[in-house]
Amino acid sequence: MIVGDSKPLEEILEMIKDRPKVLVLGCRGCVTVCNVGGEKEVGILATTLRIARKKAGLPPTIDERTLERQCDPEYVEELAEVAEGYDAIISIACGVGPQFVSERYPTVRVFPGINTTFIGGALEHGVWGERCQSCGNCLVHNFGGLCPIARCSKSLMNGPCGGSANKKCEISPEVDCVWHLIVEKMEKMGRLQELAQVWPVKNWSTSRDGGPRKRVREDLKQ
Amino acid sequence: MRLQYPSSVRVIQLPCSGRVDIIHLLKAFEDGADGVYVAGCLEGDCHYLTGNFKARRKVNYVKKVLEALGIEPERVEMFNMSSAEGPRFATVAREFTAKIKELGPSPLKAAQAA
Repeated sequence: MIVGDSKPLEEILEMIKDRPKVLVLGCRGCVTVCNVGGEKEVGILATTLRIARKKAGLPPTIDERTLERQCDPEYVEELAEVAEGYDAIISIACGVGPQFVSERYPTVRVFPGINTTFIGGALEHGVWGERCQSCGNCLVHNFGGLCPIARCSKSLMNGPCGGSANKKCEISPEVDCVWHLIVEKMEKMGRLQELAQVWPVKNWSTSRDGGPRKRVREDLKQ
Repeated sequence: MRLQYPSSVRVIQLPCSGRVDIIHLLKAFEDGADGVYVAGCLEGDCHYLTGNFKARRKVNYVKKVLEALGIEPERVEMFNMSSAEGPRFATVAREFTAKIKELGPSPLKAAQAA
């Protein structure tokens, strides 16, 4: 899933200052699963903003709505009759949401209510970890199912580096050295010898380095 | 045991303090409550094991939200007491009410009245 973090309240309050009618817009996709932008979080943010408005003696016109997904035009279309009635829409979907909403409703000010942080998964309830950097050329099967691109601080293909100590990365004692994990896993699988292979410099053109990406499925395209 | 506690305290019953959510606490403030407290079971005595610990974490979250909004975080608290501790329930109700009276009415009410 795409994981995000709520923006500081002060930042959101500044965004909607002098904008009386506001819609907090959630998404039932990834951000619902990572507890940052679903229906529940829409309720919490909208209530918080209404408290702020009431405290300031302002009319608390903060509405709530959650779309099935904000990354599909058919769901964004559901706002057609109401979007222009708002002075601001705070999208708490990933970065795709505010862009799709503002593309569809160009006269409405759309603000991002969360910071999109990474592609990852739940490590335990309430904890998420990064697992993918969408480099566009998945190679995890060569490394015991662990991604050195997303999980090594230097994205080393031929690790570990000298900064690996006591299973941890030198950047923080909180960060596992993925190369330590890779070696351990490959050893357990009896595949350690495979790591003798030296990987050439990675072709990053399939990643962000190749510019913004687009995927076309000719068979689905209309 | 005819214990008295302030009539301003409105009790909302839940099956476990772990059912309390951030939104419930915030809604109370939005609707004009001057203070909100959660009375959960004694730590280690939760029938559902960790409900009261979860409630405390949610209360702490709401404290941070209130602080960010410029509202005294002391307006929301978590207390632990056993269901057999009637006198403690009444004491907590009196003490918390006294503390809230000291803080004064919710700043939301003051702003609305102005």
